[in-house]
Parts: sequence; C-alpha cells; structure tokens
Amino acid sequence: MTTHLIRSATLVDGARADLLVRDGVVAEVGTGLSAVGAEVIDADGLLALPGLVDLHTHLREPGGEASETVLTGSQAAAAGGFTAVNAMANSSPVADTAGVVEQVQALGELAGYVTVRPIGAVSKGLAGEQLSEIGAMATSRARVRVFSDDGICVSDPLLMRRALEYIKGFDGVLAQHAQDPRLTIGAQMNEGVLSAELGLAGWPAVAEESIIARDVLLAEHVGARLHICHLSTAGSVEVVRWAKARGIAVTAEVTPHHLLLTEQLIAGGAPAPLDGAYDARFKVNPPLRREEDVLALRAALADGTIDIVATDHAPHTAEAKQCEWAAAANGMVGLETALPVVHQTMVETGLLDWSGVARVLSSEPARIGRVEGHGHAIAAGAPAELTLYDPAARRSFDTAQLAGKSVNSPYLGRSLPGRVVATFHGRPTVLDGAVLAPELVGGAARG
Amino acid sequence: MLAGSGWIDAGVVNAGDGTHEHPTQALLDAFTMRRRLHGAGSRGRDLDGVRVVIVGDIVHSRVARSNLWLLRTLGAEVTFVAPPTLLPSAVGAWPASVRYDLDDALAEQPDVVMMLRIQSERMHEAFFPNPREYSRQWGLSAERWATLPDGALVMHPGPMIRGLEISDEAADSPQSTILEQVANGVAVRMAVLFLSMTGNDGAAPTETEIV
Repeated sequence: MTTHLIRSATLVDGARADLLVRDGVVAEVGTGLSAVGAEVIDADGLLALPGLVDLHTHLREPGGEASETVLTGSQAAAAGGFTAVNAMANSSPVADTAGVVEQVQALGELAGYVTVRPIGAVSKGLAGEQLSEIGAMATSRARVRVFSDDGICVSDPLLMRRALEYIKGFDGVLAQHAQDPRLTIGAQMNEGVLSAELGLAGWPAVAEESIIARDVLLAEHVGARLHICHLSTAGSVEVVRWAKARGIAVTAEVTPHHLLLTEQLIAGGAPAPLDGAYDARFKVNPPLRREEDVLALRAALADGTIDIVATDHAPHTAEAKQCEWAAAANGMVGLETALPVVHQTMVETGLLDWSGVARVLSSEPARIGRVEGHGHAIAAGAPAELTLYDPAARRSFDTAQLAGKSVNSPYLGRSLPGRVVATFHGRPTVLDGAVLAPELVGGAARG
Repeated sequence: MLAGSGWIDAGVVNAGDGTHEHPTQALLDAFTMRRRLHGAGSRGRDLDGVRVVIVGDIVHSRVARSNLWLLRTLGAEVTFVAPPTLLPSAVGAWPASVRYDLDDALAEQPDVVMMLRIQSERMHEAFFPNPREYSRQWGLSAERWATLPDGALVMHPGPMIRGLEISDEAADSPQSTILEQVANGVAVRMAVLFLSMTGNDGAAPTETEIV
C-alpha cells in the first residue's frame, strides 16, 4: 500500500504538522517528516480535519437506484470530505431485517469510499404499527445501533415508548423524524405569512415541536437515548434546551440547508439557475423556515443545544423534481456542500472555530451513532480517516462539483467558500479535489 | 383484602391474582430448588447464595414477583432477564439485578434458569417485534442450554410454549424440573390448605383440630 506524506497541514487547533499515512493509519504526526517512496501531498494552507461522519444519509439502494446507489452516494460523501455515512432505512425493501442491513453494509464495503453504517427501521415496513426486528439487526454483522423511520414520524405514542425501551436494550438510539402527521396533511411549505401569500398548504412549527416535547418526556420516563433528526424551528431549540437542562439523554441534528436557506427562496430570487418562484429544488421536509429560525439554529449549534450537523442527503431523479411544486418530491442532495455551508454559516460568522466544526461534523456524530473507528482527533496511531480542506477557496457551485447520481442541489449558482482537496478513508478516496476511480478505491483495490 | 379485613375467621389462600402475586407457585418453586440442590439434606436448609435467573415477561408475571420475594427471603440472588419493554418501569427499586442480554446472564453460570411463558399476543401491543425475534434473543435454545453448568436447573411454571421461550432439548433435559414442579405443586398446595384450614399463623395443628 502506498505511503502518503501530507506536508504542512494545519490542524484544527491551528498548529502546523506533517502527517505520515501508512497502512490505513496515521503513522506519524510531526514536523520535517520524511519517508522514502512516500507520495507527497503539499498541504500548505490546507486544514486537516478528522474524516466527516454523516448521521443522516439517503443512499437509496436497494430500490431507488435511479436516484442514487451505495456506490454513487459513497462517492458524493467522499467528495464532501466524509469518511462515514449512516444510511437511512427508507429503502425498498425497507431496512427492517438483518438481511437488508447486511446487504447495504456489504455494498458499502465493496464500494470502499466510506464506512457505510446502515440504520434500521423502527417499525416493520415503516408502517408505525409493529416493531421491526431490531434485535436481529443489532446482533447482525451490520451491528446496527441507530434506528429510525425517517421520512415518517413514529407518531403513535405507545409504539414510540416501546421502541425507545426496546432499542435501549441493544445500546441503540432512536432517531426521530419529528412531524405530527395529522398537523401536516398535504403540507407543502412552512406555515406562515409566506405560505398564505403563495397559496401553499402550511407545515406548522408546532407539528415538529409538539412531537419533540412528547418524545423527550418519553425518553426521560423510560431512560432511553433519543436523537432528533433535522431540527428546524426556533421553538424546537427551546424544547431541546429545556430537555437537556433536565438531564434527558437527547441529542439533535440540524441540516446545512436549515442553517443557510429560508422559505423566501420559494418565492424566487435565488441566484440563477434557481431564481424562479416555486422551484421544487427548495422543497424539503421539514421545510425551509424563516430567517429567525435560521439564526436560532445557528446559535443553538454554537452553544451545543444542537449537537451535530447531518446532511439529510436526499437524492431525487430529475423527473421527481422538475414538476409542479405540489407533485415534487421532498429532499435535497447535501453531502458535497455540507462543509462549505457550515464554513459559511458558522465559521465565517464567528460562531464556531474549526475544532467546533470537527466536533459537530465528526466526533459527535460518530459518538451518537456508535460509528467505530471514526471521529477521532488526528494523532499518531489513529485510523487514517481525514480530509484536507482549503478554507481560502471560494467558487460558484455547479453540477460538475456533484459526485453523486442526482443533481437536486439548492446551492447551484451560489458562491460557497472552501474546497475539499483530499479525503482519506484508510487510503485516498479524493485527491486534487477529484474523486478517485472505483477500481483504485473499492474492495478489489483493498485486496 | 378479604384476609386482612377482620370480617371472617377462615383462612384465605391467594391462588394467583392477576399480574400481582402467585405465592403457592413461589413456594413450590423454592421447594423444588431446595430438593434438587440439597437432595436428602434439604430439610431446614435455605437457598443462601443460590443464583437464580428469571427470563421473560416479568412485567406481566405474578410468578416472577412472588418468586423474587420468597427467593430473596431464602437468601438467593435473583437476576431478571427481558427486553426493557417486558420489565416494570420501576424494576430498579426491586432487590434484583436486571439484564437485557440472556447470553450475558448465562455466561455467569447461574444455578437456576427459570423461563416464563411468553404470550405471543404481546407482539400486537409492540412489546417485541415477533415470536421469531423473541426466541432468537431470549429463548432457551438448545445452544444456550448447552452452555449451562451441568448442575444448573431449568425451570418453567408452565404452560410452556415449546420453540418460543424454551426448546425441547432444555425442557426435556435431566436438568429440567418442570414435571417435578407440577408434582411438587400438588404437595405444597395440600400443605398450604392443611395449614391454613387447621392451624393459626403456622402453629402446629392440635389433634382435635385435625379431626
């Protein structure tokens, strides 16, 4: 296996160091390192971040291969600086048995770009009626620790209670998609002044906040771990802040798009090519909210009320998005843009430093999801899971920078800071800003 | 309530009340353990230090509750094993250890493993996903039974659901006390009736009372 010498990288604490990567491990960290035959990467001016970990990715396979596969989603992840992703369970068939989660994990190993950790469904078929085979998934080769019906809320309070209790027995965490289904029938966008004006059915903040309030109380009652997916409103922040002050074992994530974009984009005015009103590339669930929600979410991420950033990378085919608003699918791709958006919204605003970024995009998601071998600080002896990022770069985002199968990005035409130059998942998966070919990365190459 | 009301003088025997208590089952279980573990020398001996693992639907089980109180009185250590959904929410306040993983509990080489009946209707109330998963995680399979120490007892209050909470290999093994529990139940309940009809507060009956 090739040895790589990364010269003069800047670590998250600001120190400069050379990194020697050999046999999948950071062999040495120091200054003036040399190694005979090593491939040298000049990292002068580049940040070395621990490999990013996404707790919320839709890889679509099995069943949705028209929009993404485990391979293409893994490539998108590597392009964005990720070294591990947690694949959501709403595939077809649903990831509710040991067979499906083991298949997804095996496809991830075969692709080789990132560690793919399958998420198991909470309920059989995501139907919200009966528990799925949680124990079988937890004790399978995939060792599932995150369970979620994401896309659908576990709305029945009794099933939610039992699921929290049952998952606790396997050291797992339940990741809740907080959306009261009855309060959001036919919902199309955030409910408020703008939805009234645009004539679109509203998705009220209370539909999210009431479920979070119920679930933190249930988690407290049964002593279980709860994770809130894609928290999107200022009111939800208040509920989670209260729960944490009470000592409840709750964690929360925010998506990059909820840190940057507002509902106003639905009325038009984004940079071209997304400048028209009702552009369905801004349709997402939970929906884009108001400016004051965006600011509250940033503040909550900075003060630790929100623990992590997770992408909710949701690829869709062109035909699922290029249609009238009400008929369009919810979701945006987000793996390639996560780090630049966090850079713009949290670092450039002074709310987080780079060690804070490493916390919310690497160490904490790894801890919450029990993703072994990831989330460690870059140090001698640690697994070589890292990304080299040029914080001085700035470019207009376009489809050429997307490495996955779908192009439903809400950032097209927008100027974003930073650029992922290289990603290492044991060995390089991205070099010079380009995703390496599968034959250089995949299971065969790893021999 | 009737027994403590002072309205009547007759003895009242709890023959199992809902999901609360089943004292005579606990008596016959303790009797069976003492007979098996102490043999001929069982008379007058308690169960000091004996480690008992009780597996299954603890939350709905009157057997588990009565066994816990009696076994603790006799000096035994009790571990409950179940998915958290089938444990009472305040189980931490009981004088028992709790485990979610049966293999971990069996690895400690207990002296007695008592399996409780699982009603498959429970899955409709989402206590567990389905009987297959229950059996895989918490059933006393042939493989798990084979890991038990030679002298360990396999108990079940009946009726058993073979293939769900207990395998044939475990139920029909020489270590199984299940049929003895039934036989001992007759004797223990005869004794309970005799003492409660004839004696007061456990005092030996007089000859005239027996007549």
